[in-house]
Amino acid sequence: MKKLITIVCISLFAISSSFSQGYNVGDKAAGFKLKNTDGKSVSFTDYTAAKGFIIVFTCNHCPYSKAYQDRIVALDKKYKSQGYPVIAINSNDAEVNTEDSYENMIVRAKEKGFTFPYLHDETGDVCRKYGASRTPQVFLLEKKGDDLIVRYTGAIDDNSQDAAKVTAPYLANATDALLAGGVPNPSFTKAIGCGIKMKDAK
Amino acid sequence: MPIKSLIFLCILSVSYSAKSQPKENKIQVLNFEQLEPYLHKTNDTIYLVNFWATWCAPCIKELPAIKQVEEKYKNEKFKVLLVSLDFEWDLTSRLDPFVKSKNITSKVFLLNDPDQNKWIDKVDQNWWGELPFTLIYSKQFRESYSQPFTFDELNSIINQKLNNL
Repeated sequence: MKKLITIVCISLFAISSSFSQGYNVGDKAAGFKLKNTDGKSVSFTDYTAAKGFIIVFTCNHCPYSKAYQDRIVALDKKYKSQGYPVIAINSNDAEVNTEDSYENMIVRAKEKGFTFPYLHDETGDVCRKYGASRTPQVFLLEKKGDDLIVRYTGAIDDNSQDAAKVTAPYLANATDALLAGGVPNPSFTKAIGCGIKMKDAK
Repeated sequence: MPIKSLIFLCILSVSYSAKSQPKENKIQVLNFEQLEPYLHKTNDTIYLVNFWATWCAPCIKELPAIKQVEEKYKNEKFKVLLVSLDFEWDLTSRLDPFVKSKNITSKVFLLNDPDQNKWIDKVDQNWWGELPFTLIYSKQFRESYSQPFTFDELNSIINQKLNNL
């Protein structure tokens, strides 16, 4: 009997995980107010002129996140002036990996010269709302009146190992499509990343 | 010398040399096209394919459970395949030493295919790319798990599947 219960639990676990992936393209994205590495809070309302946002769930420790740090800076530099600034969010529990602590985020932001906010989602609530499962994972949001609509979600491009070998810069293409008044295609991609380990929900 | 003792000595020396020279676990580097046949075997064996990486803490934590289950069912129709997503440049400096130090005897591949969006769905539609990720399949069934296993969890799944063969 005990075995059966275990199997049922595991099966439920396996199934539920495939349904809890958060925002899909077309969904309204929730706002948030999180602490930046300079100690100040950041929220969407701070950006009155923005046409939308590039939200990147990332962190310090993950090799895939590290591989994309410079590319994220380049994306921010390119698209902030066009109305799509980058906002990076770290939702990992520092107790799982101290490299992902707020103090270490401050160090990383300085070292790599982040031109964008690097926010601490200490409770993991923002990550839960968005349904980000791994780092790095992006959500490209477009402002429509008071709402922010998810227009693209997934990978930054098609080569995590080598920026020089990228043939499909998914996120940049999607942002260009929005800027041209079009619709991103593809609007959804997958990539290998480090699973996000949040603090347990209260 | 009686022939029996001779045979005994032979067996002893063979088993001794086998012990002193453990079979080297050579890690093969594959792209997805080369890996794909390993995800669709149609013999009568149950396969556990675990996607992991040396930098993935929960992956490392569940490896002993996988090893233990593999050991327990080593005489059954059950096989383990470990697919590492470490970067290729970490193969000799990181992955190889790790596999040796943990005495991993399962087959280990390094999947080096950067265009992940092209192949993640071909592994499993429900997978978004987070690690660890485990596929358990035979020609009769196919299940996927995105959470790390404990020995008890994995043991009861494999035990049940083997009983249903």
